Amino acid sequence: MTVTRAAVDPLSVLDRPNSYIGKTVPRPNLDRLLQGRGQYVSDLELPRMAHVVFLRSPYAHAKIVAINADIAKRMPGVISVVTGRELEAVITPWVGVLSHLKGLKSAPQYAIAIDRVCWQGEAVAAIVATNRAAAEDAMEKVAVDYEELEAVTDMRTALDPSTPVIHPSLGDNLAFERIHSAGDVDHAFSESDAVVEADFVFGRHTGVTLEPRAVVADWNAAEARLTIYQGTQAPHMVQNIAALHLGLKDAQVRVVCNDVGGSFGIKVHIYADEMATYALSKLLRRPVKFVADRIESFNTDIHARDHRCKGRVGVRQDGTITAFEIDDLTGIGPYSMYPRTSAIEANQVVNLVGGPYITQNYRARARVVFQNKNVMCQYRAVGHPIACSVTEGLVDLAAAKIGMDPVEIRRRNLIADNAYPCASPSGMKFEQLSHHASLAKLLQMMRYDALRTEQAALRKRNIHRGIGIASFIEVTNPSAAFYGVGGAKISSQDGVAVRMDAQGSVICQTSITEQGQGSESLTAQIVGSVLGVSMERVRVILGDTDNTPYGGGTWASRGAGIGGEAALQAAKILRSNIVDVAAAILQSNPAALDIVDNHVVNTSDGVPRIELNELARIVYFRPDTLPPGIQPELMATRHFVPRQYPFAFTNGVQASWLEVDTDTGFVKLLKHWVVEDCGTIINPQLVDEQIRGGVVQGLGAALFEKCIYDERGQLINANMADYLVPMSGEMPDIEVAHVVSPTLESELGAKGAGEAGTAGAAAAVANAVNDALRPFGATITEIPLTPQVILTALGRI
Amino acid sequence: MTAPVPVSLLVNGDPVEAIVLPRLNLADFLRDNLKLTGTHVGCEHGVCGACTVRVNGEIVRSCLILAVQAQGSSVETIEGLSDSGEIADLQAAFRERNALQCGYCTPGMLITAQDLLKHTSAPDRGAIRDHLSGNYCRCTGYQAIVDAVEATARARAERST
Repeated sequence: MTVTRAAVDPLSVLDRPNSYIGKTVPRPNLDRLLQGRGQYVSDLELPRMAHVVFLRSPYAHAKIVAINADIAKRMPGVISVVTGRELEAVITPWVGVLSHLKGLKSAPQYAIAIDRVCWQGEAVAAIVATNRAAAEDAMEKVAVDYEELEAVTDMRTALDPSTPVIHPSLGDNLAFERIHSAGDVDHAFSESDAVVEADFVFGRHTGVTLEPRAVVADWNAAEARLTIYQGTQAPHMVQNIAALHLGLKDAQVRVVCNDVGGSFGIKVHIYADEMATYALSKLLRRPVKFVADRIESFNTDIHARDHRCKGRVGVRQDGTITAFEIDDLTGIGPYSMYPRTSAIEANQVVNLVGGPYITQNYRARARVVFQNKNVMCQYRAVGHPIACSVTEGLVDLAAAKIGMDPVEIRRRNLIADNAYPCASPSGMKFEQLSHHASLAKLLQMMRYDALRTEQAALRKRNIHRGIGIASFIEVTNPSAAFYGVGGAKISSQDGVAVRMDAQGSVICQTSITEQGQGSESLTAQIVGSVLGVSMERVRVILGDTDNTPYGGGTWASRGAGIGGEAALQAAKILRSNIVDVAAAILQSNPAALDIVDNHVVNTSDGVPRIELNELARIVYFRPDTLPPGIQPELMATRHFVPRQYPFAFTNGVQASWLEVDTDTGFVKLLKHWVVEDCGTIINPQLVDEQIRGGVVQGLGAALFEKCIYDERGQLINANMADYLVPMSGEMPDIEVAHVVSPTLESELGAKGAGEAGTAGAAAAVANAVNDALRPFGATITEIPLTPQVILTALGRI
Repeated sequence: MTAPVPVSLLVNGDPVEAIVLPRLNLADFLRDNLKLTGTHVGCEHGVCGACTVRVNGEIVRSCLILAVQAQGSSVETIEGLSDSGEIADLQAAFRERNALQCGYCTPGMLITAQDLLKHTSAPDRGAIRDHLSGNYCRCTGYQAIVDAVEATARARAERST
């Protein structure tokens, strides 16, 4: 590991004896999951619980003429069949816009469609029964009379005057447009020795969380309280939204989130069917459970990407990149998703293109259009893979054009490691990045020169291997600049409450959530380290709005950087409180005492003075023996949000080594390398595995994953057999290394790492495929890189 | 609808008698009737592997067979394999290596991995990847899982020599 900054304070809490920070320790919650004893929402059963299934539109765009549920309502086990009109009495519609994305518009969306459906899969009726099979049986007997309307499916023609407008009240199908210009782009292009242009095409894909979305809503009419059990990344957001649209106070809604079977951004939104489930529970005054089946997941879990981006780069013969220009078009389905909006990704693409490079000449246009397809919104590494693929694709094309090695052009243009703080051409503020240190480390790991030699030798034997490199920047630790400034009640701060119990163990309640990243572990590691308590004595409570401080949750790589810092600050206060009490008990001075290995010790010689369980016993059971005026507070709460930088930008670089079979078009991944800088590393193993998991999701986008629609807006591969995702047999080993530039905005210094893998993997693969195909003069700027795409580019089909 | 029929089988060694609809699949039977929620349902069409259990010693997708087809058979789920201690070393290797994140694929992954280790004493990484290639994991990227299975194979081989 390379550290770019010395520790700021040599006596920082990070350096305490027996610190768990920076150490690989197993996650405390793993045994439960390993024995199949986790509690996912799909496992939950409550007394009197009913099951809901949704009848969904088979058409992408249609008028609902009539719904007849008479037969269904009389079937065994059926409790109710509820239409959109009936549900409207319980829950209000919503519009997914944010005020800081100027001009963003969307139409009111209902929990269940009322007069019209706008995508294949939109719910038109809810069938509630005592068990799911009965509900599904009854669903088959609900008759819906539709009048099919013309579907808007191709984003390239969505804005044409001849294309129907999906929501006539909005005037056109343009949801959002952003234009950005920095520097003197025209002049920069005119001064270039070469200008390279390409059209980049990104398939629409989706998260495929292994546990589908699931919710149990339990309206207790006697308490006038709604408890929502949901696998979500943002419990307080769900609480706020559910209360708002059901006409309740936040305090009347409790959101509980136990184990979550995969999230990746899929479960950071609130879906219409989830809203409907909350409302059905209130309407029917009983617990209602909804678990999406796999076809519903494909048709209604948010989709992602689906961009067509025209990119242009100017370059001088000496390798200097003079300017970047992009024109991005993306289709988001019929509604901007609520409450985070579907324009964030295009906005992010504009923010991130060209980000690692020195040039300040940058022009961008992004347009976001409506379509009659499933909604599209934030999924892991929002906008990053698009921006990285366009930027890195253009850089490689520029290098090829002037005959320069792809590494050399990056060396000449990446922002220098000592140039910070500085800003990108889109105005993003960088505190400290480490592109050059990262690239140097990557080249060493992959033995770049030897690999090039090997590649050349193999080419002579008609074996076509390619090397692809992709540098990237990554948005982490978001402040209120993400959502709060736009009026969305999505908290950017997180809080942690830490308390010591009567046996000297520690309980932490945190507002960040756990979906397998290791939130519990990192919280316990930080609190244990700061307090001087062993991790076995630290228990973490999360995912419950009744029992955790208010906060944002876990998304956009904020758990460690924001939730971790809150944990650190809360633990510092508790530590100080404990030492104060210990000083009173021991008739000593707080400055002379410390806590190490569950004991209060002398700072001077480390001799243990009192075990924490004994201290806790005195505090809780014999406070009468304490000196007068001492009121021990063995509980402390702190919140944290970054203020100086709207986002903690991180950086990294990836490389892919692969072989293309030019006869079949198949790509075999041989090896993948990542160097990433996420600042202070709390648990090296967890960080590496976050990155590997992210890389594999990026590799899926690069090679396999695509939601395929026909011209009528029918999703034709909505099952796991036809929608391909990476499996163990196709994936290479992935080597991960780190450069460490801690953020100075927090004492902990941690930045996020969750997007890094996904951000750069597809770009590295696409560059490697093009590198392999260079002898054939073929260039591909489309993902997924299916055999068909490759053979087409080679002129074989 | 066809009338319910009685079934009797062994589940994790315990005799189970039930009356079920013929259309009920084994995964739903285990989860809903027996409350053995460790068997997870991911796709319901035999692709993802999350619902993998052992029937008469062979691994099967419990979403692809009916409860009535399990008549007279011995079914073992993650709860049984955990309680018997049969896969304790494999579970420990998964824990040490962080070979799971959300944990939803994990029961199926462990049962599939144990099946490989029962039949092959020293599988190489390619063989491990092949054998696990019917089990989705969306979180880990598979490498940690392969590492954990490889480490377990090695440790078992050392113990047996």
